[in-house]
Amino acid sequence: MDAILLQIMNGLDKGGAYALIALGLTLVFGTLGVVNFAHGALFMLGAFCAVAMNKFLSYETVVVDPTQLTPWGSPLEIRTPYVQALLGDWGKFLIDYSVPVSILLAIPVMLIISLIMERGLIRFFYKRPHADQILVTFGLAIILQEIVKQFFGANPIPQTAPSAVSGSLAITSAISYPYWRIVYFLFSLGVVAAVMAFLRFTTFGMVVRAGTQDRETVGLLGINIQRRFTIVFGLAGVVAGLAGLMYTPIVPPDYHMGMDFLVLSFVVVVVGGMGSLPGAVLAGFLLGILQSFASMNEVKSILPGIDQIIIYLVAVVILLVRPRGLMGRKGIMES
Amino acid sequence: MTKSKIIVSRRTLLKTGLAGVATVAAPTFFIRDAWADDFCNMPKGDTVTFGFNVPQTGAYADEGADELRAYQLAVKHLNGEGDGGMLKTMKPLALKGNGVLGKKVAYVTGDTQTKSDAARASAKRMIEKDGVVMVTGGSSSGVAVAVQSLCHDAGVIFMAGLTHSNDTTGKDKRAYGFRHFFNAYMSGVALGPVLAENYGKDRAAYHLTADYTWGWTQEESIKNATEQLGWKTIKTVRTPLGAGDFSQYITPVVNSGADVLILNHYGKDMINSLTQAVQFGLREKMANGKKFEIVVPLFSELMAQGAGDNIKGILGTANWDWKLTDDATKTFTKSFGAAYGTPPSQAAQTCYVQAILYADACERAGTFNPTEVIKALEGFEFDGLGNGKTLYRAADHQCFKEVLVVKGKANPKDKYDLLEIVKNVPAADVTYDPAIFGGELGSSAAKKCG
Repeated sequence: MDAILLQIMNGLDKGGAYALIALGLTLVFGTLGVVNFAHGALFMLGAFCAVAMNKFLSYETVVVDPTQLTPWGSPLEIRTPYVQALLGDWGKFLIDYSVPVSILLAIPVMLIISLIMERGLIRFFYKRPHADQILVTFGLAIILQEIVKQFFGANPIPQTAPSAVSGSLAITSAISYPYWRIVYFLFSLGVVAAVMAFLRFTTFGMVVRAGTQDRETVGLLGINIQRRFTIVFGLAGVVAGLAGLMYTPIVPPDYHMGMDFLVLSFVVVVVGGMGSLPGAVLAGFLLGILQSFASMNEVKSILPGIDQIIIYLVAVVILLVRPRGLMGRKGIMES
Repeated sequence: MTKSKIIVSRRTLLKTGLAGVATVAAPTFFIRDAWADDFCNMPKGDTVTFGFNVPQTGAYADEGADELRAYQLAVKHLNGEGDGGMLKTMKPLALKGNGVLGKKVAYVTGDTQTKSDAARASAKRMIEKDGVVMVTGGSSSGVAVAVQSLCHDAGVIFMAGLTHSNDTTGKDKRAYGFRHFFNAYMSGVALGPVLAENYGKDRAAYHLTADYTWGWTQEESIKNATEQLGWKTIKTVRTPLGAGDFSQYITPVVNSGADVLILNHYGKDMINSLTQAVQFGLREKMANGKKFEIVVPLFSELMAQGAGDNIKGILGTANWDWKLTDDATKTFTKSFGAAYGTPPSQAAQTCYVQAILYADACERAGTFNPTEVIKALEGFEFDGLGNGKTLYRAADHQCFKEVLVVKGKANPKDKYDLLEIVKNVPAADVTYDPAIFGGELGSSAAKKCG
């Protein structure tokens, strides 16, 4: 029982990441009709906002103390982060909480990057075939990766969760679960709920939903639907960025992390139904949990290597049996 | 009496002279290139080029960065620059501090990316385009085995960097390959008795193992060593190299019936798996009425820095540690620390030593011809390079020296004081019959570049 509970929880935090990336992907596809292969790069850029903030806050002053020597005989260098020297305990607190603090940086940065991406490149491919969109956005993703590699190097850069949530929570007498993974799951639920509420309960959201159903009619009513879709693209970028940022204490970020998640997230979108927000969220969590169960020893002893292919197997079955996905609109992917 | 008189005209003299010079010079003219091609990449100018093939990216990039620093320091010392480092302590020493055989040492670098195919491509480029006379480095046994085989086929000596798999000098050994680092078998033999002393003989172990040659042989060696103590092995699970998130592999441990988790991981994989195992509360857990323990059979200061507090109290083995008190270690640590501001890792030490040993063997052989250099290295006994008396065994090209059992320090003084040495296991205790791992060295005959 404990093992099953643990696998469900494991699936939930991984599913949270899948759901957040898939949410943005399907939002962009549903509104702009673009298959955005650069979406994983936005996840990665968000993670590097956390890295950049941590580097900024950890920038150190160096004082050489000639009275103390290192084991190799050089004078000892005493290093203190500027922020700590300047703000004392408050500075220490900022460094400790650098991952959540970096959200303040990530929101405007991701919004600006996404808007530049959409206005500067992607809008020219709205009416082009999906194959062209895939090629151009895939190329863009590679360029973004290489830029990050130039600035931050190719190696993963570990980020720590705030000390208050770095331990683990005892779920039962036998099992405990890391606090930060629980935080990540709750965070992903919160973001999903916020995006859904924004699209459902605001006038902006209502216009976007109407535009998704019938773009021409909304345009005839004098509404600049294109501008709203551009903002939706920015919103999707922010969601992907925040998903990557909060994931950094779980897996140290590197320049390639977006690509690792992107492929799986596309599968999630296909399984959930292209363009369906609830479908993407549901499929994200379902596939996360399924992948987690597939990695149980009891399962792998019967089907070795199943944990590596389970998501793709599900996608194949869905495409064969129900091409529009779990909650996709009738007609999409079925023609 | 009639005097005979030989009259030689100026023209005849010139003709005869030219013919004579041509006759004398002819053999040299015809064999000059034959000498040059006696072996691959014979150094021709006033420099000799070494190839430093290290992981600059990937799961073992931290080790690679330190290896490169060590090699650069070794080159300085070989060329008579800097403080001389372990050239001052090595015995016997043929090197004179003026390069190797009078030629200054130059180097080229490559990135193995911690991947066998990338490492082979990089080594191939060094051999074919850069003309290196020796390739060295690496921090993965998969890479070491692949590059060693390539170098053997090319006729270029490979001085392995950090590689701990039994296969490197076991079933995959090659005449052109040499390893200074210890191996998984030695780790098992050294660590077993210490595990029994600390955790008892009635234990159930669960292995998480990096899925490549090093992980497999380490798992096998530690499994054999612990089972000989009386431990049971509950399960062995293979994990992909560079998995990042190990949670799906760690959670099944909880209810497996194991009371010890053995992490056959290295580098960033070990940092991630250990950190996540601690996050999942394994170290606070009780199992089978005993405190749950984690063992990391191979670890280093670099990994300890990455793992932070999670490493405290964890037992493992190491090839070398900068806190050893012998003169060679002190000298090298001082030299490395002055150059880079940090103490050297075990990866740095083994690579530095490999570069020095190769250079010294060339000097003793009096040539760069690999056949002669191999002979000079085989059976070479030396001291003063940081591990006490050491033998480069001729039968498998494996070094035999002391092995350290280490533990994560409970109260470190600073960020470099993370490991304490629990036991120095003598070389005799970890020496084994080379036949147990099979393999053939093959021919050490010199080869021409392909």
